[in-house]
Amino acid sequence: MSADTHEGGHGSLKSYLIGFVLSVVLTAVPFWIVMGDVMDNKTLAVVLIFVLGGMQMLVHIHYFLHVTIKAEAGWQVMSMGLTILLLVIVLSGSIWVMFNLEENMMPAHEQIERVRNLP
Amino acid sequence: MSATTANQPLEFFVTEDPHAAHGDHGGDHAEHHHETGTMLGFWIYLMSDCLIFGILFATYAVLGGNYAAGPAPVDLFDLDLILISTSMLLFSSITYGFAVLRMDKGDLNGTTIWLIVTGVFGACFLGLEIYEFNHLWHLGATPMASAFLSSFFFLVGTHGLHVASGTLWLIVLLVQLRMHGLTHANKRRVMCLSLFWHFLDLIWIGVFTLVYLTGVLL
Repeated sequence: MSADTHEGGHGSLKSYLIGFVLSVVLTAVPFWIVMGDVMDNKTLAVVLIFVLGGMQMLVHIHYFLHVTIKAEAGWQVMSMGLTILLLVIVLSGSIWVMFNLEENMMPAHEQIERVRNLP
Repeated sequence: MSATTANQPLEFFVTEDPHAAHGDHGGDHAEHHHETGTMLGFWIYLMSDCLIFGILFATYAVLGGNYAAGPAPVDLFDLDLILISTSMLLFSSITYGFAVLRMDKGDLNGTTIWLIVTGVFGACFLGLEIYEFNHLWHLGATPMASAFLSSFFFLVGTHGLHVASGTLWLIVLLVQLRMHGLTHANKRRVMCLSLFWHFLDLIWIGVFTLVYLTGVLL
């Protein structure tokens, strides 16, 4: 039995309930921000709901998926680290490149004017 | 060792030898070894699945603003509905946790009941998603309408397919549990599906944050 509890980490009732309460709060707040229309500054609101979403992901990883540094002799957290690295490269790379492309492919009004006024 | 394996019923998978690492390690250590292979392998599968979702998220992030003079998120998404389906998935996560806790206590009936509750929540989530897709389709918001809708249906539909396969797996697992009880192999399957189920909830956090909340906000 004692081998079972720290093997892969099944968690306890307490840890599941803590994770659940934190998840409910971290879900309710971003929905409240958007549905209640509580913030005038849209950019700040988007940043806030992304931060809250990221926090909820960490809560799930810790309390529900039970990822620990020691599990599977470190290979679990190692493979997750590699995945996160790849995700960061794919996501930030795609958004950055495609944003640049869109900027340059669809000239705004002032860009057209600038080209028109070229000597 | 051969005497114990000969007495076991015929099983359609390669049985793991619980005494494989017994020779040179202590008993406690050996206990760890034979379990970790499957769990780590399944974890690495989940990570590759995570990359698939990452690419779909990247696609949506790039294309999500191209409405092609069609409907925008704010015209289409009903956040009340999304809040209900989000809580369905969240409840199913905690009930799956309860099922695992009952399994640790060796309580087969408790495990079964909590797994059924989890399956019902999963089915409710799927029902709401089908209702939403059907509603969008009737509004003319099909994947063919714009790049935004193509990437939306691809991302959310892939997640829905995963939940559907998870629910199917849950049903098969319930049959296996009723047939063979809490055997070693069944416990391992319950733990694998546990990882899968919680992982899908994790992906859903990304979906409702990026697609629904940000979409309606901007």
